[in-house]
Amino acid sequence: MPPLRHVYGWELRKLRAQKRTYLGLGIAVAVPLVFVAALLIQNGQPNDVAFGRYVRQSGLAIPPVLLIFGSIWLFPLIAALVAGDIVAAEDHNGTLKTILTRSTDRSRIFVAKALAAATYAFVALLAMGVVAVVAGVAVSGFDPLVTLSGTSVSPGKGLELIGASLLVYMLPLLGIVAIALLLSVVTHNSAAAVVGALMISLILQLVTILPGLGALQPYLLPTQFNAWQGFLRTPVDWAPIVRAVWVCALYAIPAVGIAYTTFMRRDVTDG
Amino acid sequence: MNVSGSDAPPVHARGLVKRYGEVTAVDGVDLTVQAGDVYGYLGPNGAGKTTVLRMLLGLIRPTAGSAQLFGQDPLVEGARALDGVAGFVEAPRFYPYLSGRKNLELLAALDGGDAAARIDEALDIVEMADRQQHKVGGYSHGMRQRLGVAGALLRDPRLLLLDEPATGLDPAGMRDMRALVARLSAAGTTVLLSSHLMSEVEELCNRVAIVRTGRIVYEGDLRSLRSRSGGHWRLRTTDDEAAAPVLRGQRGLTATGRDEATPSAPGALRFEGEEDAVGALSLALAHSGVGVLELTAVRATLEDVFFSLTEDPAATSDGSAASPPATADADAVPA
Repeated sequence: MPPLRHVYGWELRKLRAQKRTYLGLGIAVAVPLVFVAALLIQNGQPNDVAFGRYVRQSGLAIPPVLLIFGSIWLFPLIAALVAGDIVAAEDHNGTLKTILTRSTDRSRIFVAKALAAATYAFVALLAMGVVAVVAGVAVSGFDPLVTLSGTSVSPGKGLELIGASLLVYMLPLLGIVAIALLLSVVTHNSAAAVVGALMISLILQLVTILPGLGALQPYLLPTQFNAWQGFLRTPVDWAPIVRAVWVCALYAIPAVGIAYTTFMRRDVTDG
Repeated sequence: MNVSGSDAPPVHARGLVKRYGEVTAVDGVDLTVQAGDVYGYLGPNGAGKTTVLRMLLGLIRPTAGSAQLFGQDPLVEGARALDGVAGFVEAPRFYPYLSGRKNLELLAALDGGDAAARIDEALDIVEMADRQQHKVGGYSHGMRQRLGVAGALLRDPRLLLLDEPATGLDPAGMRDMRALVARLSAAGTTVLLSSHLMSEVEELCNRVAIVRTGRIVYEGDLRSLRSRSGGHWRLRTTDDEAAAPVLRGQRGLTATGRDEATPSAPGALRFEGEEDAVGALSLALAHSGVGVLELTAVRATLEDVFFSLTEDPAATSDGSAASPPATADADAVPA
């Protein structure tokens, strides 16, 4: 059987050949550029967002603002755009039967697809982070970053913390990827899977508004999109970060597990 | 229960059943294809041919029964059971946003081994080399069909499964497809092809299974099928009223009513019998003053046998490994 890296490599190549891939990546890159352009042509700054008031003092304050902004629906959408499509597109094209009658087991195809969807979410997030840092520094300078605790960290340290933040931000994003992947396997329909994953993410954010359900908030997936802020406190607050690790795992592992067993057992009748 | 790979027949299916809710698409199919066979799996649309092929390839799970290819069950062994097996069900499907060549490269990567080294040769065989850089999205049905065959050839198969391979092809494409199957068979590849065209099966296959509504109603070699097909004579005269008693009185002939399907004029007299008696009949007719307008030997074609087996509710099974008589209550199945 061909090694996983070959199968995974071809999943990435398929992504590279599809327009939808560039839609998500394009948005990820465009958002920081638009934000920075707005800073250039307008006075003032977004004072009601954490780090917002520092975006003119240090370019390093821009990525955190965008992470907060992107957690509501933007990054869930970008992640779901590909994860929700990665199996359903095969149904749509009728190509599952084509690839499942070669010498590669279903399980390996599934793992390659899951890895490719996760990779895409990571690349999109990284692209946003890099563009935000570069554009932010170009406009507002490579200056010390004021943390949520009011302390100031050196630009080098700030960059390090932003890198760590992106990694922790990736955890709930993987949760979204897992849910979108599950919907992609179950619905056979790309649009349903993408919209469904996004709706689940939005509804989980609304749950906390309901009376009596506020106590659930720390254990909801979208809440984990704020865990990275633990890095931008002095000293670093590990509690939300550690919680994000296991809470996200609680969402992602069952979703991927069900997706896997469904994919392994399902009848391939499309196409 | 596994027979070793070298002795096991290319296809060995027992008691395959597939139900979708109330609908029984495949109802207890036994199928054995021996090495070297070109095996025709013949039946009208909706008889469950494709469902059987999907089960053989491990794409869908049988509700009951099992299928082995060279002694290996795809549901148990996974992709390893498909070693040396290639083919496609329904029309071959590819990634429309990739070129024909890229699609084959992807498939070769999933095959592993030296499949990639066969891409150029496979493209040449199906005469798609000049279109290989074009995106599959712009291919015609016939070109996709050719690419599907190329994809199968990458696996250098010992067993080739083809589902209605000539469907939707133009006459040249059909000819090429049949020539290719004949060539692969001559080179030692075992072929299982499904078809709803008796003529196609007649041209290519040595063995045949005929299915209707999910059950096999005939299984055996083509020669024994042909021997069932008998024939009859058709007679048109200047005065059928006068001819009928002459016909009935002729020794060695059996009048079998009227032939409604007579192309020249519906309703000609129809009878069965040997040529000697037919000669005598023509003299007797002349003697009675009846002019002969047409006297034709109508050989029943395999097509007729096919229709009688797949449309007649009373059709019974025959052949070596046949299943019980088809029942008329089996449900129609989705295409």
